[in-house]
Amino acid sequence: MMFAMTMVAVLVTLALALARAALGPTVFDRILALNMIGTKTVLLIAVIGFLTERPDFLDLALLYALMNFIGVIAVLRFLKVGHFGGAEVEPSGE
Amino acid sequence: MTWQPALGEEWIVLPLLTLLACTAIIIVRMRSLFAAVMLTGAYSLLGASWMLLLDAPDVAFTEASVGAGLSTVLMLGTLALTGREAKAPRQRPLVPLLLVALTGAALVYGTLDMPFYGDPGAPVQRYPSPSYLERMPGEFDVPNAVTAVLASYRGYDTLGETTVIFTAGIGVLLLLRGRPKRNESADAASRKRDRA
Repeated sequence: MMFAMTMVAVLVTLALALARAALGPTVFDRILALNMIGTKTVLLIAVIGFLTERPDFLDLALLYALMNFIGVIAVLRFLKVGHFGGAEVEPSGE
Repeated sequence: MTWQPALGEEWIVLPLLTLLACTAIIIVRMRSLFAAVMLTGAYSLLGASWMLLLDAPDVAFTEASVGAGLSTVLMLGTLALTGREAKAPRQRPLVPLLLVALTGAALVYGTLDMPFYGDPGAPVQRYPSPSYLERMPGEFDVPNAVTAVLASYRGYDTLGETTVIFTAGIGVLLLLRGRPKRNESADAASRKRDRA
């Protein structure tokens, strides 16, 4: 029952984050909302794992968290630099 | 192994699918392409959690890494080359809308034949699975049958696929490194020569 309530809360938060991503006046609202959706997905998977009595889903949730992190880094880097060209990468590598 | 009706998770699946549909509609109506790209990432994450609920963790993870990770980056790279705003359409696209509606209706009609989700009499439950499911608990200590099939029974197949993807990745990296590197090393070499 506790997990079911958690699931409801996570789903409601997911809907709210989606609304913010859709309405968000600035880009940063949207990035935060996207990050929030990613985090809620991780929580959702973890709760599903415990709800269906398969806690091994936790490993998957960890991988999703990493995925989410890389995605947000990519978006932020794009915002700062404006492109993913190799020219910026070369000097830092050497 | 006890078989439990998987439709007990319906109350999670329905809100998730509703959120998916909402995201799709928002993406279509969005004029800012940057926001649309980010929402496609959210769409992939939601879709991946739905696939996880359907007991396909490997497919779900592929969807999350390719859909939310890789293709978001690729789309952002495309945005860097084009613009960040979509142009307003000049006329109402009625013919494409009709075509899409027809295709969708045909697809929905196609699903009417399919067995219900979790139906024990469905062909997919009967043909290869029982032998694997019977042999698996004794042979491996892997909790998920799909993982056991992918990583062990079809281990060589998976290894081959991984090799192909790895080779493709190396090829793309070699292609993308491009010329600037060579110029820099030439500059460094000439600088060294000057110093000497």
